[in-house]
Amino acid sequence: MTQTPVPGATALSAADLCAWISAADAAIDERAAWLTELDAAIGDADHGTNMRRGMHAAREAADGIDLSSQDAVPALLKKVAMALISKVGGTSGPLYGTFFLRMATAAGTATSLDATTLATVLRAGVEGIQARGHAVAGEKTMLDAWLPAVEAWDAALADGADLTGAAQAAAVAGREGRDATEAMVATKGRASYLGERSAGHLDPGAASTAILLDTLARTAGAAGVDL
Amino acid sequence: MSGIVVVSHSAQLAQAAVDLVQGLVPGLEVPVRVAAGLEDGGLGTDATAVLEAVQELLDGQGPDNGVLILADLGSGVMSAHTALELLEAVDPDAVGRAVLSPAPLVEGLMAAYAAAGTGQDFEAVQAAAEQAAQDKRLAVTG
Repeated sequence: MTQTPVPGATALSAADLCAWISAADAAIDERAAWLTELDAAIGDADHGTNMRRGMHAAREAADGIDLSSQDAVPALLKKVAMALISKVGGTSGPLYGTFFLRMATAAGTATSLDATTLATVLRAGVEGIQARGHAVAGEKTMLDAWLPAVEAWDAALADGADLTGAAQAAAVAGREGRDATEAMVATKGRASYLGERSAGHLDPGAASTAILLDTLARTAGAAGVDL
Repeated sequence: MSGIVVVSHSAQLAQAAVDLVQGLVPGLEVPVRVAAGLEDGGLGTDATAVLEAVQELLDGQGPDNGVLILADLGSGVMSAHTALELLEAVDPDAVGRAVLSPAPLVEGLMAAYAAAGTGQDFEAVQAAAEQAAQDKRLAVTG
């Protein structure tokens, strides 16, 4: 399923979600070595490898969905969740897996996700990450990219932005959130074992999150960000 | 009889813990499953493997019994929690019958195994595991 950005799209269909996962798989694959490098600095040097394996499985899972069926949207999100849970390893598997699981539940019976519904669905996903990892903002985790992103999405909508505008705002905020993790001292996750030594490096989870948000924005017809 | 699932990043560590406990109380036989390590033999945990192990042990259990999960740390705990979330989605009746223990891995496993193996009910098995941390402290500090 190749990516076909649709400027001015008002909702993401199951096919669009499939395109997002495909694009995310390709983008993660392209940057897997860099993600691993980040993780080598403050972790166990496997985030890139883990995410590449997980996203390949996620793309295969998404490609296997019957896009014409009524429940294709939640079904796709659930299958992506299961693929990530079983193939990523580390904490990112349960975290990203729970993110997509909660998105699937929040999507309910929707056959497409408009800007407002997506805001709710993404936020449900982020709450899943919080519930699973018990992190809050500022602990140098993927939340430091997700939280600003969903805030930016909501703010864009309140300002009258459409889906494309909201997704772009979220991607920009996600990248800024990722960049802000560089100065942070980790108080969650494996990097927290390094204490002060974790400062001065980007958080790998926040970096892969920024990639997911960027590809989501491009799928929604936005320009995306320079990562 | 209640069952136990051992979750760890390391398949070797989990199996060694089980071997230790079974070696210390060879007269007891408790259903145990290990859900540890990754498919390629590397370090890590897989919530779908944890779920499968839990479901295997839950199958055919009576109402006073359940499945206690002992996990190591970090993503071990997250995978166990994720497995319980998945279980609730597919089997709402199983809620409360599979529980993740807050106990440390080895000490909790020993206490839970002994409680289950001597026929105590699931509540008692959970309590025994929870008591393990305090018992360890007492053993060390006197």
